[in-house]
Amino acid sequence: MLSKRQDQHTWRKIKSALVSAGTFLSALLVIAPLGLVFFHLLVNGASSINWDFFTQLPKPVGALGGGMVNAIVGTLELLALASIIGVPIGVLGGVYLAEYGSARGNSMLRFIADVLNGVPSITWGVVVYGLVVLRFKGFSAYAGGLALGLIMIPLILRTTEEVILLVPNGHREAALALGIARWKTIVHVVMKTASKGIITGILIALARIGGETAPLLFTAFGNRFWNHDLSQPIAALPLQIFTYAISPYDDWHRQAWAGALVLVIGIFCVNVLVRILTRERAPSTA
Amino acid sequence: MPSSDPIVLETRDRHVETEPETEERPLTFEVKNLSIWYGEKRAIDSVTMDVPSNAVTSIIGPSGCGKSTFLRALNRMHELLPRTRLEGSVLLRGQDLYSTDVDPAIVRRRVGMVFQKSNPFPTMSIGDNVVIGLRLNGVRDQKFLNERLEKSLRMAALWDEVKEDLHKPGTSLSGGQQQRLCIARALAVEPEVVLMDEPCSALDPIATAKIEELIHELKTKYTIVIVTHNMQQAGRVSDYTAFFYLGRLIEFGPTTKIFSNPSERQTEDYITGRFG
Repeated sequence: MLSKRQDQHTWRKIKSALVSAGTFLSALLVIAPLGLVFFHLLVNGASSINWDFFTQLPKPVGALGGGMVNAIVGTLELLALASIIGVPIGVLGGVYLAEYGSARGNSMLRFIADVLNGVPSITWGVVVYGLVVLRFKGFSAYAGGLALGLIMIPLILRTTEEVILLVPNGHREAALALGIARWKTIVHVVMKTASKGIITGILIALARIGGETAPLLFTAFGNRFWNHDLSQPIAALPLQIFTYAISPYDDWHRQAWAGALVLVIGIFCVNVLVRILTRERAPSTA
Repeated sequence: MPSSDPIVLETRDRHVETEPETEERPLTFEVKNLSIWYGEKRAIDSVTMDVPSNAVTSIIGPSGCGKSTFLRALNRMHELLPRTRLEGSVLLRGQDLYSTDVDPAIVRRRVGMVFQKSNPFPTMSIGDNVVIGLRLNGVRDQKFLNERLEKSLRMAALWDEVKEDLHKPGTSLSGGQQQRLCIARALAVEPEVVLMDEPCSALDPIATAKIEELIHELKTKYTIVIVTHNMQQAGRVSDYTAFFYLGRLIEFGPTTKIFSNPSERQTEDYITGRFG
């Protein structure tokens, strides 16, 4: 009797160990790709990262060296253009969802935003190609910015809505009870309280679109030279990586690795910033 | 055998000299046949009641009796909930708060409110919390704001405790201080009436005593309506008491009368603790 119980006990221990080991392995498998990507990028890209990479234009085919400064700046310009479109519409839309609107209309809007968040990013490129590029007969930074901005809108909309709903109702009531107009209450009390969360949402959206390549393929198109005219094709880091990676030249491959490393580090930094912001968010929503 | 003796309040003598003469006082609110619905549910059922000026009127009754709804109807705060409907009228010094040309924001500037849970704005300093109502209503004169800041904090009996820390966040104060900060914030816009929705229910006895003392002082300048779960508190701070039950006003009168000699059986049962 006792030994049987002991057997069961041992068996239970084995089962427990098996499950622990299984979950541990799964967790390892989750982390491993990140580590592998970083390792691979460092091994292949770090050697090509130098001062030239950040200051030089791409060299013509065959000439060694050169850099991606135009692509780095181009990506920043595209992100700025995308933000001009995505941030106000996304934030205001999120505020509308959280503060105004009818329950039924809102749940429909929310559903649409979630569907849009799931739309493959190349679709946005095609849409903008059809709406803008064909109409104005040319690839442009504007078109690329628009495609990225459209991706940002539903992302920012949902995160803004969520953090605005986190603001306790007591703050709204307190402000309204002072005879403060509704819109002033929302801007000066509600949005101010949720500001860190809203900024976090914007940063996450930027990190997401910063690495997008597909929507830029036939909108921003890419450019091997400086472009200071936003109505012309513009270089972007992911596009440059794409072009270089599928090229037959070893030097370009090395540059593609370096570009990928820079892109990943940039996005990593944004995510670290987000972590810092969200860690300090606790008191503002208390 | 349940005793029909009214509960004895140890602070009763405080009211003896301020014994209100019911008929003489001017009225702040005249509520006529007020009914309020949330969707299909009727929360307030044809309540008619006058709130006298420069006095403390307390509203008591069991949970869900509509006392908070009634209070919020006095500055149109109940409208913030969806699907509310109202019948009857609420006159503030003769003006109908619910006539179509009245802006609820203006009503709320005249009728301030303090809530159950102290809710200073977490993004603002103590000083900013107090003057935010003025500032967002367009007051830019810094000297005026500073004067009003000190005056409001003094009236809320908080000035001496925070005058060195005006730049610190409002949420850094203790619970009782936060509630007095909220009172100062409400007073800063110089309302005519201060509504209080269970202002002490989250506070310890010492903080409660401070707020009650404050209420006593404030009534010289303001009309105060306070909802409370605590009958001893109603007895201590108020001149008039209204007893609500199931959305109806069962009885309204001088606090001393309600607590010592209520006319209605239900009032007596509630006050003597037989239900509620």
